[in-house]
Amino acid sequence: MELLKADHITMQFGGLTAVKDFNLSLNQGEIVALIGPNGAGKTTAFNMITGVYRPTQGEIDYNGKNITGLRPDQITALGIARTFQNIRLFKDLSVFENVLIANHLHLKSNFLEATFRLPRYRREEREMRETSLNLLEKVGLADLRDEKSSSLPYGKQRRLEIARALATKPQILLLDEPAAGMNPKETEDLTQFIKKIGHEFNLTIFMIEHHMQVVMGISDRIYVFDHGVTIAEGNPYEIQNDQKVIEAYLGVAEEDA
Amino acid sequence: MKRNTILTLISLAILAIAIYFIDQNLDSYKVRILNLCAIYVILAVSMNLINGFTGLFSLGHAGFMAVGAYTTAILTMPQAVKLQNFFMVPIAKPLETLNLPFLPALFVGGLLAAFVAFLIGAPVLRLKGDYLAIATLGFGEIIRVIFTNTQTITNGALGLKSIPNTSNLWWTFGFAAFTVIFIAFLINSSYGRALKAIREDETAAQSMGINLFKHKMLSFMVGAFFAGIGGGLLGNLLGTIDPNMFRFFLTYNLLLMIILGGMGSITGSIISAFIITIATEVLRFLDDGMTIGSLTIPGITGLRMVVFSALLMIVVLFFTQGLMGTKEFTWNKLLNRSQKPLAKGGRS
Amino acid sequence: MSLATFFQHLANGISLGSLYALIAIGYTLVYGILRLINFAHGDVFMMATYFAFYGIAIFALPWYISFLLAIILTGILGYFLEAGAYRPLRNAPKISLLISAIGASYLLENLATVLFGGRPKSFPTPKIFTDMVTIHGVAIQKLTFFIPVVTLIFLFFLLYLINHTKSGIAMRAVAKDHETASIMGVNVNRIITLVFVIGSLLAAVGGIMWGMKFPSIQPLMGVMPGLKAFIAAVIGGIGNVKGAVIGGFLLGITEIMLIAFLPSLSGYRDAFAFVLLIVILLIKPTGIIGEKIAEKV
Repeated sequence: MELLKADHITMQFGGLTAVKDFNLSLNQGEIVALIGPNGAGKTTAFNMITGVYRPTQGEIDYNGKNITGLRPDQITALGIARTFQNIRLFKDLSVFENVLIANHLHLKSNFLEATFRLPRYRREEREMRETSLNLLEKVGLADLRDEKSSSLPYGKQRRLEIARALATKPQILLLDEPAAGMNPKETEDLTQFIKKIGHEFNLTIFMIEHHMQVVMGISDRIYVFDHGVTIAEGNPYEIQNDQKVIEAYLGVAEEDA
Repeated sequence: MKRNTILTLISLAILAIAIYFIDQNLDSYKVRILNLCAIYVILAVSMNLINGFTGLFSLGHAGFMAVGAYTTAILTMPQAVKLQNFFMVPIAKPLETLNLPFLPALFVGGLLAAFVAFLIGAPVLRLKGDYLAIATLGFGEIIRVIFTNTQTITNGALGLKSIPNTSNLWWTFGFAAFTVIFIAFLINSSYGRALKAIREDETAAQSMGINLFKHKMLSFMVGAFFAGIGGGLLGNLLGTIDPNMFRFFLTYNLLLMIILGGMGSITGSIISAFIITIATEVLRFLDDGMTIGSLTIPGITGLRMVVFSALLMIVVLFFTQGLMGTKEFTWNKLLNRSQKPLAKGGRS
Repeated sequence: MSLATFFQHLANGISLGSLYALIAIGYTLVYGILRLINFAHGDVFMMATYFAFYGIAIFALPWYISFLLAIILTGILGYFLEAGAYRPLRNAPKISLLISAIGASYLLENLATVLFGGRPKSFPTPKIFTDMVTIHGVAIQKLTFFIPVVTLIFLFFLLYLINHTKSGIAMRAVAKDHETASIMGVNVNRIITLVFVIGSLLAAVGGIMWGMKFPSIQPLMGVMPGLKAFIAAVIGGIGNVKGAVIGGFLLGITEIMLIAFLPSLSGYRDAFAFVLLIVILLIKPTGIIGEKIAEKV
């Protein structure tokens, strides 16, 4: 079942076209990757889908509803969550608080109910705390819950960011270079981790990634970007053998002199 | 009842008893200073909600105070006093006879200030950092200019005199306690966490589903509400107000308080409100000069303020975290007990 | 309103606009290079006026010597302001810088009150400037023409500096990106200091002319003009020198015209600039000729 569809979306910044005519389709339960050389426009594509940028052209539909140009908080409320290329945790807050905050959008009590600790709020707060703690246990960070999030080692920060995104109860999870800066062991752990949460939380995952082991290891489909244009789309085997993809990454072979 | 609640209630009772004794026994000069301390607690904590906890650089607090001060003054002044005040240009007819007891007058002042915050916030809260600072500073000034020019409502530059002296230690400390408890509860709720998230990283907060505008407006309006109440208490303490009282100097003093105390700490704001208010009185000799025995040391007008501005520079350059940083006083920390499991409501 | 009166108002507006422009340039240069609103700029302007005042009134120097000294002293003040209040916080969170700027402003205002006394003093404008000229039956101070001319001369030199000298290119490079400029061999600290000094020198020129045009000076005289000049810089497009000038003239002329045509609103004169600010920030926040600075997410 198609969850998300991006139809010919284009992003122009003044004279620069960062993304041109991107067509994306995400089906329920898939793990889809977006790869391409640096500066190809991948994060820009993410930003269009999550509402950080408004596409200059084109339309994005989610569950049949047009979400083009909605604010990021509205899009998250609808069920699309994301992580960031440069980890954007709430640095001065604890691990637990980072995840707790991501529950806020589901809160039904208003601020007066919250301030005066009325019964409905007390119940909601208790539920949020339980949910957050469970989430931290599932990702293996529960024992660090009172630590300041910026004090965590890099790999755990990444996992925390993912846990935080999961707390918003998304259907689709967008991961921006989750394996960035990781060594082979960490990358392998992360790959398994992504597969696990995909199943456990019934997620559709769309990720930008450079580490080919992650990409080829778990993706159902792959899109390839170069200079803002989609140059290839297909399953891992097709992409590995696609001539255009090879050229984009390695350059064209020189003719013998 | 939870242990913490009992402790808080006991402290409030102790505070009430202390106020009773102070009221009976201390001279009026010292009582006045204590009243000012309590009022500045309200002002500092409410400004810290906006600036320190939500990370909005708002410099318009004096404007909200002015709204509260004038509203409360006009609502509590008896008709005869109003006629006396508005001798140049008569007061607008409906306001002449409008009268409320002190408590509702204060609340109306607070609500009006919150409403003004809503009007200002709508255009201004979309701005970032420096621009927000200048815009709020500007609005603070606009309010002051408006008050100076609306003779029929505010008596213009003449100001209001003979405002009923209804503020006393019970009112000021009572409201100070209410403000601190309200804002502390707000900060420790999910909404408070959302505000802190906005302060930490707006983009991330938004991506976690937090409606930036709505929450910034919430912080802004609540802060303005308490500023209005503080202003109302101040007006009815001093007995006289005029638009020039509410210039940016006032906001700068509040800024000094929240920075000295630590921008993310309610406890810090309370402490520094007391310190600065008392220091302002104690250092009065710098301006007025002093006599030790037969030796008279002259004062220089403005020297006191030089000391305060130098203090502000020192704190911001060398002690960015202020006294408390983002640390708070809590019963748990004081009594060093092990914390309750997080899932059941223990503090994180 | 007669044509003569209108012409008088226009001349005043252009004069006032020039003064705003001179101060606005200082704001826009510093903002362009440090992304910082130099709250203390208006107070630097005030100090210049007092330096010139004391030169003439106390030290009995000829006005041209006094003015020159005042300008130099103010440039030095600008240097120390940057070194003391801003450079130590170069890598601190933005809010610390902002508070330091406010603190520096506050300190200067209070120091001035203590050193010079809070009561207004009368600026001794040299006769050569207060002499009137009569054009088509309208009597106008020579000063009113002098101000825009001086402003344009300095503006010309400044634009030459920015666009045609090595220092100017360095300034523009640092405004774009500190790190890259530094890798390219630019001494970033020196350039930042230079920008502050230039801004202060221009503010000094503005301050002295302001003192001559509005001879009642007091320690808080820089606050309103400072704020308005910053607003002018934003209206024109912050970070852009030409924008600062356009904004300055726009604000000065419209402010005078507002009072000229609607004298009943003259009490709201100061509020007018802020209303303009809010309007511009809502409609075109980058200003009349400004460019958008995108943030990488």
